Amino acid sequence: MDIRDLWAESMAGMLARPIRSALTTLGTVLGITTLVVTMGIAATAGNQIVGRFDELLATSITVEVPQSSRQALVSWEAVAELRRLRGVLSATALAQSDKSSNLVVTANNLLDPTQVAGQTLAVVAATPNLQATTHGRLLAGRFYDAGHIIRRDRVVVLGEQAAAMLGITRLDHAPAVFINDRAYTVIGIIGGLQREQILAGAVLVPPTIGPDFGLKNVTRVLVGTQLGAAELIARQAALALSPNHAGELQVIAPPGPKRARDGAQDDVNGLFLILGLVSLIVGAVGIANVTLVTIMERVAEIGLRRALGATRRNIAAQFLLESSLIGLTGGVIGASLGTVAVVTVAAVRHWTPVLDIRLALAAPAAGALVGLLAGLYPALRAARMEPVDALR
Amino acid sequence: MPEPVIELTGICRDFPADPPVRALDNVTLRVDPGDYMAIIGPSGSGKSTLLNVLGLLDRPSSGSFRLDGIETTTLRDGARTRLRGARIGFVFQSFHLLPHRTVTENVMLAEVYGRHPRRGRLARAKQALEQVGMGHRTGFQPGRLSGGERQRVAIARALMARPSLLLCDEPTGNLDSRNTEAVLDLFDGLRSQGLTILVITHEDEVSARAKRRVRIGDGVLTEQE
Ligand SMILES: Nc1ncnc2c1ncn2[C@@H]1O[C@H](COP(=O)(O)OP(=O)(O)OP(=O)(O)O)[C@@H](O)[C@H]1O
Ligand SMILES: [Mg+2]
Repeated sequence: MDIRDLWAESMAGMLARPIRSALTTLGTVLGITTLVVTMGIAATAGNQIVGRFDELLATSITVEVPQSSRQALVSWEAVAELRRLRGVLSATALAQSDKSSNLVVTANNLLDPTQVAGQTLAVVAATPNLQATTHGRLLAGRFYDAGHIIRRDRVVVLGEQAAAMLGITRLDHAPAVFINDRAYTVIGIIGGLQREQILAGAVLVPPTIGPDFGLKNVTRVLVGTQLGAAELIARQAALALSPNHAGELQVIAPPGPKRARDGAQDDVNGLFLILGLVSLIVGAVGIANVTLVTIMERVAEIGLRRALGATRRNIAAQFLLESSLIGLTGGVIGASLGTVAVVTVAAVRHWTPVLDIRLALAAPAAGALVGLLAGLYPALRAARMEPVDALR
Repeated sequence: MPEPVIELTGICRDFPADPPVRALDNVTLRVDPGDYMAIIGPSGSGKSTLLNVLGLLDRPSSGSFRLDGIETTTLRDGARTRLRGARIGFVFQSFHLLPHRTVTENVMLAEVYGRHPRRGRLARAKQALEQVGMGHRTGFQPGRLSGGERQRVAIARALMARPSLLLCDEPTGNLDSRNTEAVLDLFDGLRSQGLTILVITHEDEVSARAKRRVRIGDGVLTEQE
């Protein structure tokens, strides 16, 4: 028997009852779609740094500077060195100590002189570009600049919560705060911090004012990098900040973006993969069932083909090919639906869809395999029929 | 003397039942090329059983059956199937046309199995249809043909693979007298071209046209003069 004839006979057999064949593919369509969507979405999502929080996390490096030795491991000026590295967007040096974290701060509130109760707040010395590193925004006034630092101006910037606690909302009368009985002019209020949110409750002072509160040396450096540069910068940061004592600095790098996404999704993926496989099995049972019914309906046809010289193998091959074609059709439809679904989800989330070409090709093949396995028993039944019985 | 197309010697066919049925009882028969033979007998006498044995669709329980000189009773299933496809054409009472295929496709089915060239298949099918006077209905589906037309398509299919033997089981059983006449005329024409034809029938009109008549009763065969 010519292979083209086998193909033609199987196609004709499948297309003789198009609606039934279409319905028979449903289980396979469902299974293959689920599998393609699950794997496609996993691959697509895995290629993204999901959401804003993750992006910030993936670009944030913190360097802790130990304070045990007498000399300063990192100078205030060293932060400028760090900014010269490719991939560093901003870097801020901070100084804070246990003592400076619990200072009584009072506001002289001109509008309400009765409210003079002190608040216990943290005082933190910081280089001026804190706003960029923490992605914060100035709610009022301005941040101190290089001029303030050089002139040793006694100015402070209040964190949003600290300002609220002190009752300072407006700066047009140049309010002052008192710490250790000395007055400092409030020139700005910063809020909306996305990183180091604890600073919202702090009083920020220029590095040159820090010594007033015992804050001489840098205790921590915050670094913001470009997306994808964090790993490299983390390796270079310590050396750039402190060429002689690089080993003593503790660099806290973000977890690699790969690990960031996997954890939560693995369970969900496993569940959907099982769901897809179950659908495939249901689809296979469906194909087996319908093929068996079809064969019982086509007993006379089988008898005729045997009378015309078809061998048992010819009969088995035809029905196997028919069920495989049904499975293949289900696989092709499933792969197409799955691909469309993945692309749609990616478009809605503004992701780049990632589709493994091997997956797109394997899906129809898997469908055909399901059909082939499902057709084994019915095809065997058809081949076993005796021509006399089939023609009776 | 030419080799006989069919040579049956002491053929028996027993069916396991309670009590066992002997549907063919020691049948001996010789059919030469170009013979036109009718097999007649009452219902249940073993006509179809004989035809199934002759068509290699069924195996006899004992005896020898030589088809074109080839001993068939010792052949395995595959070889019997090939022999059947190559040498024997069948015409059934119920036509056995595939309902979803056109007339031409049904006829071409005869060349799908076995070793036939694909080239020229359509032309051969058209020619076979012309031969039975159905050349004007090639694109039809069987459901839209009359009973007589369907049987003629089935005969075209049987002729397509150029068999040496045409086996017909009640070929006119579902036809009226006019269509019966047309089919019998067709058989006459085929016989004159040298085809060997065996027809099972219970109609005198049909058996009268045949050159030889054998009667079967309770599995026993007797030739009539
Ligand atoms: N598979 C079988 N098992 C048991 N008995 C059978 C079987 N096939 C046929 N028979 C018996 O063999 C006998 C001959 O049957 P067969 O079909 O050859 O008759 P027939 O001459 O063709 O009859 P009809 O004219 O009604 O078609 C019958 O008695 C039938 O009951
Ligand atoms: Mg009969």
